[in-house]
Amino acid sequence: MKIALTISDRGPEAMLDLRFGRAAAFLVHDTESGEETIVDNTQNLTAAQGAGIQSAAHVVNAGAAVLITGHCGPKAFQVLQGEGVRVFGSPAATVGEALAAFKAGTLKEILDADVESHW
Amino acid sequence: MRPLTIAVASGKGGTGKTTLAVALARAIRDEVTVLDCDVEEPNAALFLRVPFTEEEPVTLPVPEIDKEKCTVCGECSRFCRYNALVTTRSGTTVFPELCHSCGGCALVCPAGAIREVPRLIGRTRSGRAGRLTLVEGELEIGRALVPPLIRAVRRRGAAQGLTIIDCPPGTSCPLVAAAGGADYVLLVTEPTAFGLHDLTLAAASLRELGLPHSVIINRAGLGDDRVEVWCREAGIPVLFRIPFSRAAAEAQSRGEGVLEHIPGLRELLAVLPERLGGDA
Repeated sequence: MKIALTISDRGPEAMLDLRFGRAAAFLVHDTESGEETIVDNTQNLTAAQGAGIQSAAHVVNAGAAVLITGHCGPKAFQVLQGEGVRVFGSPAATVGEALAAFKAGTLKEILDADVESHW
Repeated sequence: MRPLTIAVASGKGGTGKTTLAVALARAIRDEVTVLDCDVEEPNAALFLRVPFTEEEPVTLPVPEIDKEKCTVCGECSRFCRYNALVTTRSGTTVFPELCHSCGGCALVCPAGAIREVPRLIGRTRSGRAGRLTLVEGELEIGRALVPPLIRAVRRRGAAQGLTIIDCPPGTSCPLVAAAGGADYVLLVTEPTAFGLHDLTLAAASLRELGLPHSVIINRAGLGDDRVEVWCREAGIPVLFRIPFSRAAAEAQSRGEGVLEHIPGLRELLAVLPERLGGDA
């Protein structure tokens, strides 16, 4: 299974970006192979509008079944939900901590958009 | 009188654009058309009391996807710089509230799966009373795209006589749509720090648009003289000053307008179109 995480910088101590649509990049972690790839998102970081929608498409097209981020707005959530991607909210943490928390089952699933548009 | 279009703008909200536009329309003896382009909060009708006899919906074309024909190639989503379309493996989804109606998605779709359908953004209303014609636009609640509606109001304006445009506050796209192409722009301001700040921005926009403009200072006597000083230094004429008057403010709050409560204002406004070049 592939897990996508929003990241604001890179490296093992990279912090989870709590914003979804305007995260700088996504780290896609494959739980079976342990392989990690980075999907750049700077195009949406600087988008005039609709960043969440296109970021959601990035996550879907990367083949992720799970997204770990801080918060998720209504349009992005609509796209993710439509493709069956489950969304989990994490407090501020490093990527490693967030992944560990997910595997331990302590992250809360976001079942509906938890912030307004343009949050 | 040759056709003349005067736009009343301000930058800052609440300086007296509608007050002045309405007073000007009432002071003129000729045929006059007022275009209320403040489509997020049209209110000239409250003061002019022209009964609306016509109402027309204003729509913009937005894409609709034929799911049978869509091959999920993503060309439309890559083309749309407003991110109004998103293509994922299960199909293409349209977010019409983000669409700017350029039509590009339908052009680039290789499968012919996109057709454009109308989406309501607001309405225009118009009516006539004596020598006065009023046209207003009203934005549909929940819509954000203002300039196309303002342009629809402008299209319903008269080609002859005097046209007065009541502009929205601000200095960007809505102002450009409302004031663009006007023969003259009156910038209504107030002698306060807020009035001056937004006046400098509005004047910069008008300079960029190449529109001749001058300033009218409303509520003169309040605040300080920084607006006067700035206008002098910027070379923008101050046409006249409307003194602050409690009686005028009270009349305005009753929907009566200020014309009867500011001595000399009617006479000043009655000749303003000619002064601005209407008889050239």
